[in-house]
Order: sequence, then structure tokens, then C-alpha cells
Amino acid sequence: MELNRVVLVDAVRSPFGKAGSLYLGTRADDIMVRVLRGLLERNPQLPLASIDDVAIAAASQSGDQGMNIGRSASLLAGIPNTVPGYSIDRWCAGAMTAVTTLSGAIAMGAYDIAIAGGVEHMGNHPMGELMDPNPRYLAEKLVDADALAMGNTAERLHDKFPHLTKERADAYALASQQKTARAYEVGEIQRDLIPVAIRNPELGYGIATTDEPPRPGTTMEALAGLKTPFRAAGRVTPGNAAGLNDGATAAILASEKMATQLALPIKAILVSFAFAGVEPEIMGYGPVPSTIKALAKAGLKIEDIGLFEVNEAFAIQVLSFLDYFGIADDDPRVNIHGGAIAVGHPLASSGIRLMLNLARGFELHPEVRYGLTTMCIGLGMGGTVIWENPHFTGKVSA
Amino acid sequence: MSLDATSPQVTLPEGAPEEVVTHSLLREVDLRAFGFSGTLALITLDNGMDHNRPNTLGPKTLIELNERISQAEESSASAIAITGKPFIFAAGADLSALSFLADRDQALAIGKLGHDVLRRLHEIKKPTFALINGLALGGGLEIGLHCDYRTISSTAFTALPEVFLGLVPGWGGATILPQLIGPEKAVQVIMVNALNNNTMLKAKEAEALGIVDALFEPADFLEKSVKFIADVLNGKRTIERIDHTRDSLSWDRAILTAEAAMKKKYGKAKIASPQKAMELIAGARTSSRDQGFAAEDIALTDLVMADPLRASLYAFNLIQKKRKKVDGAPKAALARKVSKVGVVGAGLMASQLALIILRNLKVPVVITDLDQERVDKGIAYINSEITKLVEKRRITPESAMRLSGLITGSTDKSIYAGCDFVIEAIFEELSLKQSLFRELEGIVSPECILATNTSSLSVTKMSENLQHPERVIGFHFFNPVAVMPLLEIARTSATDDATTATAVAIGKELKKTMVIVKDSPAFVVNRLLTRFMGEITDAIDEGTAPEIADSAMDSLGLPMSSLQLLGLVGPGVALHVAETLHGELGERYKISPTMQAFVSHGVRTFYTKDEDGKQIVNPAALSLIHKGDSPSTVEQVRARALNALAEEARMMLDEGVVATPSEIDLCMILGCGWPLHLGGILPYLDREGVSESVTGARFHPAGVASLPQ
Repeated sequence: MELNRVVLVDAVRSPFGKAGSLYLGTRADDIMVRVLRGLLERNPQLPLASIDDVAIAAASQSGDQGMNIGRSASLLAGIPNTVPGYSIDRWCAGAMTAVTTLSGAIAMGAYDIAIAGGVEHMGNHPMGELMDPNPRYLAEKLVDADALAMGNTAERLHDKFPHLTKERADAYALASQQKTARAYEVGEIQRDLIPVAIRNPELGYGIATTDEPPRPGTTMEALAGLKTPFRAAGRVTPGNAAGLNDGATAAILASEKMATQLALPIKAILVSFAFAGVEPEIMGYGPVPSTIKALAKAGLKIEDIGLFEVNEAFAIQVLSFLDYFGIADDDPRVNIHGGAIAVGHPLASSGIRLMLNLARGFELHPEVRYGLTTMCIGLGMGGTVIWENPHFTGKVSA
Repeated sequence: MSLDATSPQVTLPEGAPEEVVTHSLLREVDLRAFGFSGTLALITLDNGMDHNRPNTLGPKTLIELNERISQAEESSASAIAITGKPFIFAAGADLSALSFLADRDQALAIGKLGHDVLRRLHEIKKPTFALINGLALGGGLEIGLHCDYRTISSTAFTALPEVFLGLVPGWGGATILPQLIGPEKAVQVIMVNALNNNTMLKAKEAEALGIVDALFEPADFLEKSVKFIADVLNGKRTIERIDHTRDSLSWDRAILTAEAAMKKKYGKAKIASPQKAMELIAGARTSSRDQGFAAEDIALTDLVMADPLRASLYAFNLIQKKRKKVDGAPKAALARKVSKVGVVGAGLMASQLALIILRNLKVPVVITDLDQERVDKGIAYINSEITKLVEKRRITPESAMRLSGLITGSTDKSIYAGCDFVIEAIFEELSLKQSLFRELEGIVSPECILATNTSSLSVTKMSENLQHPERVIGFHFFNPVAVMPLLEIARTSATDDATTATAVAIGKELKKTMVIVKDSPAFVVNRLLTRFMGEITDAIDEGTAPEIADSAMDSLGLPMSSLQLLGLVGPGVALHVAETLHGELGERYKISPTMQAFVSHGVRTFYTKDEDGKQIVNPAALSLIHKGDSPSTVEQVRARALNALAEEARMMLDEGVVATPSEIDLCMILGCGWPLHLGGILPYLDREGVSESVTGARFHPAGVASLPQ
């Protein structure tokens, strides 16, 4: 086996819904299947039998997200039964881990082509479903009780960084909504959405074509007035955090050689990746050490990164990341089309959403050479993937 | 003419069950993601239950659909589409009320309501689409035919089964389909398929016939269909329609095909429903929709307000219900586990039994016969049938290996040790069967069921002198075993409930419809058949020309003529059964000298085929006919045959062979393919007045399988 460069060929997603709303009555695996079929339809030159593996992430792996969703969704999508599949889980970084794990296999020459995906139907699988934390966690004070509720970890970040105020979090959230609204106006978001048939027993069949969560009309005043559900006099609100959502994503990864041979598009080139841990109580801080690590592996500095896609589980978690690296809250390189605060965060699926946004950023910004996708992960982790822009011209655009 | 949203009001006839309403759920779909700037009004048909209770179309359903069509028409949507619930588009008109319609006006109103609502899908200004996501039968497919365009899911089945049931596709199907796909293909769908045991179309076939415009895989059927809609609206996709009215020869050929299909199914009988369907199809060449739909309304009303359709609905419901529920069956929990089965004999019948048991129970099956050669022949037959199943892709090679590995043969009956169920299909000779069962008692456990496939011998006598007569039961199949759906289960007075429950459980696994009968000579089907065939052969023996006697039952539309049936059964078997019944039941079962002569001369049939394949009277048979001197007319033969059926049926009920008249009907429909429009046989005898004149009473009250009085 010889070592390969790994490329992102294409990535798509379903429209995201509010948990148990848009997709009420629609199965998680049906959403995943439709996204897989939409992805493969966009890339007809890819021979299905040549896919080496399918890895699909879900944070809840039971019911319609169970049965080894990687294998099950492949079969249901009509991918030949000679193509294997597996399920994968790293909570919010599920799809990101599917990408990095498959990339590892491609890089070492074991695979040529693979499909990564992620799905989360938080309406069908409420957070904490079937969770049974070991009593030792609390008895032995391994973690504080706050570590197990994500909203509380975000409040803890505010505690840790008092200069990152609620106002800054709200302002960040407002900007995310506004960027998403602008992107929608010019069709930037829709281009990577796969329409999904939905069936609500009361309403009949319909088709999901756009994200349900965005609130384009929101204002600072409206955000300021929201309740803080995680603690009295807290700072984390439904307005400056991602919601509970349903949706799925999928991506094609390939060795650069195979992509070229099959004339597949190349949307991003993998440079490095890293995962890292932090105290579970401040899980939102995870992207800081994982990014430091990924930059070091790549031999790059933060200044080399021209585009950032940071998952917006909570505004405070993005702010603490930017703050650490000395990047302004409203830096135009960050989340150019908004993020999870606007479009939603169906847990395990989000990693690939970051990548498809970054890939679009690369197309729009040929002057950028490197970009990164990063996200925080429950129980105290972060993940970062650094990508190179295949459209990079070396010139700064006008 | 078309409706506005408020006009139609159709009430169900008295006594009819409450309609299970299929709701029309309306939702708007944004088409921008599909490349068209506008929206689609999408109507989902959904009765709120799972696919085991398919969507059906009754008056309330149609009225709600009408309202949704109006809403969609008035909305800003650019097009209207209709789809179904998962796996089901719509399984057709709700037939449950039809049996209760008491006057023509009510019947006419139902036909008209269907037309008035569905035709709007063609007449309103917006393009309309049927997205056939699953089963679409009858009125369900007719919804689609009224739409401007149709897509179908590749796993959906569709059909116009009306003529099978004694109706016509009377909500537009008989008029629109010939105009859409041409008369010859329409005859194929409406008549040939319907009359051929209600054959359904696979999606690909529907596409090839031109019934649908596009076919998509089920995984994203709706998304692809909506893309199709957007492409049609954008003008990216155009569908050419052919004017079929010009090709007059095709209309002539269609009529010939229709007539041949009717002849094949009903012989010389004139049956109203296919006849009317053929006339409607022929009329579609020149009819406007107004004219065609009006003719459909009249045809439908005529059919609904006549006895054959009522008998047909009765028979259809009977088949559906009794497929699941076996009258008089003991509790299913009493059934014992069956993990090894024995079949005694390796002849054709025994081999068929072994094969069907093997295929459905998938347990070890052992067979024996008198010598190794017969055993080998039986095993070879079974293996060749398994190979054929693989070739027809009915089973996988792996399943075939599994089945072949489960069958074993021997000349030594000790291989029956360990069996839970042994069925014999040896020569029809009581003493042989008695000694077989005694021998088997020394080999098998006391609980092992000993079953017999005898067609006329006494099961009771077979169980006499056994240590465990309670485990003996009659298990009577019809030929060909794999095809004929009926199984007569004969209990003796000694047969216990566990044995009967086990037999019923096995029958269910074999996917048979069962009737439990009291052990008595020839049970139900063969007793009635032999009685009526006896009247035909008696008439011949008395001097009636065979062709006269044979045409006596023509007007009933039986699957074959009396003498054809005799040829199929074989004079040897027929004579044997007649002799048994003569001995057991008395003089009314005569021993035909003509049949005796046939058997002794080895002549099998009255008919043979000439060089051109045309059926002619067998010259060898003619010379053997016993020539009496009191010939009968066709009418006289018909009357005595029908009288005999009525008399015998009444005796069977009086003797308690079966508990209800409908069990007799079920036996005749499923055991020998007697047609639905006769309701089996007893509704026909009732409506012809035979039941009352011969037995003093009807078998079914008026209204059950006939028009109410």
C-alpha cells in the first residue's frame, strides 16, 4: 500500500428541522438514505461498487438510528451489498470522526473511496435517551454534575471567561442569523441541500427543502429578552445556542489519485486532523487544544488559516475559541454563512455541515489556502480538521 | 358538468357499515428546490391506518377529496398532485355499502359521485399528477387515469379488477384507459387480466403499457416524482399522447381478444360484467367523456342492481374472511409442534403433497413406497420441481439446497419414527389404508397425527381398531395441490381437538383456506360434483346425445364443461367415487354403464383434438356410449342437474357435514373454481328458484347473496 493524499469530493445535507417538527413522522434512516442518494446522484461518475466503506455517525444508536446505521442506510439507499458499512459515534463529532477515520484508511492506502455521514433525529431520540451514567462519576467526583448537561458546560465557560459576556454572545448569535439569512437570499445554502420527503400522519406527505430553525428577523432586543433555562441569571439562552434538531449529512472522500482518475470534483484537500480532551465541565473549550494540535501536526500557524468553520453549539464556545486565538468576534473569516445557531445542530451530523460550508468558502475565496473545521464534543473534547483549498491561486482577490 | 365544493351529498344505504373514510390531506410543496418557481398542492390519501387496511373510496372520502381539489384549485399552487399513504395509493371503491343498495337511484348516485369528483382532475385548469406510490386498484387507479400525468413506484402493483368482481371500471376507467393506451392494451388490463384470476400489473408493465408516464424507485419516489412535475411545468419534460381512435383495426382486434377472454373464462355463458366492459371499451372510440361516463353509470347501476353482482360480492367477502378464520376450528393454542412429516406413497399425488409441505413447513419430510424405483421417481420429481422454482426465481439456489436436503425416501416404513404428522396418499382402497395405519401405529408415537388424503373413503373406518383413533383426520387436497386453495379437513367422531388444531395449523402454513367437515363420504366438493356429474352421465346413458347433455350447464359459466371435467378427473377415479357413494349414500348415485365401458376399454375422454387442435368428440368414446331410449332436452338435463345439487346440498346440511351454506359455497369456489357470480352455487340455486322448489326453502336469506327483497 502506498500513502495517499485525501480529498473531499463532495458533501451534502438534508434541510435541518426543529426536533420533532419538520421531520415528525419521518424516520431518521429515511432522511439519511435520501441524503446518501442525493449525494450519489450529484456524482454519477462514481461507480457505486468501488466504494470501499460507508461510515455513518449517530449519537443515539437505537431504533431508526440503530441496526448499524452505516450498513443499514447503505442497503436501503441501494448501494450494492458488496459495499460494507459501519456506525460510528463521538457524540457531536460523529460525522467529523467518520471523515477522519475514513481519511486515515484512505491515507494509508487501505481505501480509495469512502462515504461518511451523520444523522440525528433528536425528535425521535431526545438527548440523554437510554443514557445511564456510571454512578462513580459523581460519587468519586470524577466530574461535576454540570459536565453531563451541555447547557451547564456553556454557563461554566461564561464563568471562566467573564469578559465573554452575554451581550457578546447575543451579538455573535445575531450575526450568525444574519449571515445565514443573506446566504439564503443568494442561494448559497440551498445549493447543498437535498430535498427530503416527509410524512406527517396529520398533514400527509410533503417535501423538506429549506432549514426550519433560522430566525432571520431576530434582533438584539429579542435575544436579550430570552430566558436562561440552565440557571437563574444565566447567560445561555435558546437564542445564543443551537437548538435541538433533526437532520443528516453525507460526504464522499477519496484518494486524490482516484478522484482524478474518475474525474470527480475536489472540493478540499485534507491537511491534518486532531482530537483533544479538556475538563468535561467546560467541554466547549475543546476546539482550542484540538486546533493547537492539528496546527502543529500540519506545521501551520493560526495566521495561515483563511477560513474557519466553527460549530456553534453555543455562542460562548465559539467566542472562547476566537478569544484564545486573538480573533475578533465578527472576523469575516469565521462561519461565512452563519452556523448552527441559525440552521441547527443535529448532533452527529454537524461535522460534515462544517465541511460543506468550508468547501463553498474555498470556491468563493481562491485567495485562501487553508481553512479549518472545528467543533466541541460532550464530555470534554474538541476536534479539528485542517483543509487546503484546491482552488487556491496564490493571489489575493480584488 | 362538474361540482362545486358544497354540492354532493350521498348517504349510505340502510344497514351498510360506517365508511372508513380515507382523508385527503393537503399540503403545499415549494418547487424552487426542483427548478420551478412556484408551488405544488400535494394531496395525500390516508385513512389513518396501516397498510393492512388499505385506503378505500366511499362517498365521504370522495366528498372530502372534492373539497381538497377545490382548495388546491383556488390556491396559488401551479399544479396538483395526489399520492397515497405508505405502500398504498388506493385499493379502489369501498365495496362494503354496495350489498346494501336497495334502489337504482342510490346505485346511480354512487357511480355519478365518483365521476363528478374525479373528472375535475382532468377538467380544472391546473395540471394534475397522480403519484402512485403503492397499490392502486380499481377506483384507485381511476383517480390516476383522470389526472393529466402519472408516476409509479417500481414496487407498486396496479390493476382494474372490476370485471373479476362482476363490475366494470365505472369511474372513468373503461372510457379513459382505451383512449389513453389504445383498445387492445385496455382489453388486456380490464378484461384479460381481470378474468385471468385477477392478475395485477407490475409497475414496469404499467409503464410499458403506457398507463404511467414515469417510474421511480421507492427510496426517493416522492422526490423524483416532484422533480418530474417541476420538469413538466418547466416544459423540460413533455409527454406525447397518441390518438388511438384512428386505428380502426385495433378496435376490431380488441373486441376479438375480449370475446376470446370471455369464452376462455365462461365458455358459452353470457356474463353481464365482461360483456358490458367490452361494450364500454368499444364505445370509447367515439364517445366523449360525457357520453362514456354516462354509459359507465348505467352499466354500473345495471350490474349493482342485479343478483350476480350481489352473489359475487358475497363470494368475494367469503373468500377474504375464511382465508384467515376457519369455522369450527379448535383453539390454535392446542396445536402441537410439527418438526418432521411423513408422506406415504411416492406417486404423483404423494410427491405433490411432500413438495408443498417441504416448501412451506421447511421440516424434514420422509416418503416411502413399495419399491426403490418408485421412491427414486418420487424424489426425482420433487427435486425437479425444486429446480423449476429456482429457474422461475421463486426461490434462491440456497433455499433449493435446503429443501432438497430435507427430503428423504425409503422402502422401509421405520423412517416414519419421530414424525409428528404422517399423511397417506396410497391407492384408494379402504383395507390397504386400514392396514397401513395399523402398521404405522407400531412405528410412530401415540400423538403423531395420521392423516389421509382420501377423496371418498371413510376416515372413520380407517381409524377403527386403532389404539389411538383420536389422532386420525382427513386432509383432503385438490389437484393440482400447489394451485388449488381449498383443503377439506375431515373430523371423525373420535378425532380430538389437538389433532384438528394441528391439522389447521399445518393448513395455514400451507396457505390453504380450510373447511372443517364431518367425516362423511366424499366430504363436500367431490360429493356435490359426483352427484351433478352423475346426472349428466345418467342422461347420456338414458340416450341423450353427449353434446346435448354436456351443454346443459353452459349458462352457468363454469370453468369447464361437465365432460371436460370428467376427462380431467378420469373415468377411473370418477367411477370409483361413484361406486363408493352408491354404496354409502344410496341409489341416487348410479353406476354409469358408459363409464364402466370407458374404464374397461381404457378410454379416458369424451373429447379429443383433431389435427388442427380443435376439440372433437373422441370416436373411441362414441362407440362405448350406452344407448338408452329416453333422451332428454338440454333444459331437462339442466333442471335435473341443478335439482340434484340443491337436494344434495340440503342433505349435507341436514346431516351436519358442514354447519352453514356458506361453507358449501366456499368449497365449490375454491375446490373446483366455480365462479363468483354464482356465489359458489347456493346463491345461484336460490335465485333460480331451484332451492325452494326442490328443498322447500332458500339456502341464504334474500339480501345476503342477492338483491334485498
